[in-house]
Amino acid sequence: MLHDILAYEFMQNALLAALLSSVACGIIGSFVVVKKIGFISGGIAHTAFGGIGLGYWLGVNPLLGIIPFSLAAALGIGLLSKKAKVPEDTAIGTFWAAGMAIGVILIGLTPGYAPNLFSYLFGNILTVPSFDLWMIFLLDVVIVGTVFLFQKELLAIAFDEEYAAVSGVSATGFYLLLLCLIALTVVVMMRVVGIVMVIALLTVPAAIARNFSRSLPGMMAISTLLSLVFSTLGLMLSYLFNLASGATIILVAATAFMLVQLVRIFMRSGAAR
Amino acid sequence: MKDPVIASEGLVVRLGGVDVLKGLTLSVFEGDFIGIVGPNGGGKTTLLRCILGLVRPSAGSIRVFGRLPGASPGRIGYVPQRLFFDRDFPLDVAGLVLMGRLSRKHLLERYTKADRLKVDEALELTGLSAIRHRAVGALSGGELQRALIARALVGDPELLLLDEPTASVDPDMKTSIYDLLEQLLGRMTIMLVSHDIGAISRRVTRVACLNCTLDMHEEGSSLPRGSLDDLYHYPVDAICHHKPDPSDRAGD
Repeated sequence: MLHDILAYEFMQNALLAALLSSVACGIIGSFVVVKKIGFISGGIAHTAFGGIGLGYWLGVNPLLGIIPFSLAAALGIGLLSKKAKVPEDTAIGTFWAAGMAIGVILIGLTPGYAPNLFSYLFGNILTVPSFDLWMIFLLDVVIVGTVFLFQKELLAIAFDEEYAAVSGVSATGFYLLLLCLIALTVVVMMRVVGIVMVIALLTVPAAIARNFSRSLPGMMAISTLLSLVFSTLGLMLSYLFNLASGATIILVAATAFMLVQLVRIFMRSGAAR
Repeated sequence: MKDPVIASEGLVVRLGGVDVLKGLTLSVFEGDFIGIVGPNGGGKTTLLRCILGLVRPSAGSIRVFGRLPGASPGRIGYVPQRLFFDRDFPLDVAGLVLMGRLSRKHLLERYTKADRLKVDEALELTGLSAIRHRAVGALSGGELQRALIARALVGDPELLLLDEPTASVDPDMKTSIYDLLEQLLGRMTIMLVSHDIGAISRRVTRVACLNCTLDMHEEGSSLPRGSLDDLYHYPVDAICHHKPDPSDRAGD
């Protein structure tokens, strides 16, 4: 049966998209989890909706609208909370809602019907066109390359921003860089699970991986693998039972998360006895 | 006369509308082991943060190695009072200490074998070799403190700043940390912030009492009893500063 499924080109594209997005998601998700910036990542993802609106309004591929828009959102949220001394959750909430509002207005201003809008919001890995696949690949290269080049600085600011600053590393600069990488990862993930649910794939695989690793690179590797397992399994289940693919992937990840937590609680109470 | 390692004049730091440091004038010279004592809220940590360039002075001047604070990261080791970090952070002791080499590295430069050898040395010196692969979240207070000292030492600093290194450790560990600092004496300039006057006064060459303003007590002089009482607003045991053995200070 698996062989039959794989014969379809859309299925090959879907699996490739799952693989490519898992790499970005595993690496950047690990930073999101250890630095506890899941809420910021959710904010960037939702603000990016404005970029989708921008793409429709300009009549270009929404991917081209969302990249600059989500980068601007990342820098805006980061700078506002670091420099203007605005509480971080206030900055995030403002950007979150404003970005979505811009998207709604721009889509409303665009004449006619907005095709595929649903798939940007909730993902549809079964309809990833080749152009998007190439974009995802390119963004993957940028994300992995940047993390590889600045691994010691990014690790330092993730663990202890003050010490990084004392060591002569621009803590704010690298924090903003990290937020920009999160923004690009959101774009990568958008086709798979959509911007509304991207936060789960950015956090769940890494959160599980943390239980099994004592180094950040190790956590990234496990997290990438888990992300790949979740999206492939979700993809298969959605195909077999004719369910929405993005939502199925998220539910697979969430179920795995709950199971791991239950096992941990069970083991801890076992150890206490 | 040698140039001072740290020189401040009329240093004022205002945080949230409050003068935390009020016109501090201080010189620290190469090879000094200076202890800074004073009550909580007296500005001890703020002074260190100012030297590190993490807090900007509101008035007055401060120079570290003749330059603005923050301009000589590779020459300073810093041991923070408490490290607030995620206990689940995937990092082991050796990984934490390796981060102390960051100040010696350029952007895009990778950690090398030489860096890892430095880590081995620092772990050996701080007695952490056996637990080098333990997760940082699993360390006791004293072990974490020594790991932070190792992180500060691994960059071969000329100036070591310690903020209450013995605040959260048991008495045995306290002694071993002071013994370690004594070993470092002469190899680098050390500035130690503490409210543990008794422990400090037996070891350091100079004591400065900081309560928004600074009283300096030179080597060999005894601290006038009244000044400490004034500083703490309650009676404090008189301290006689101990002259260090000159043979311990071969680096001078």
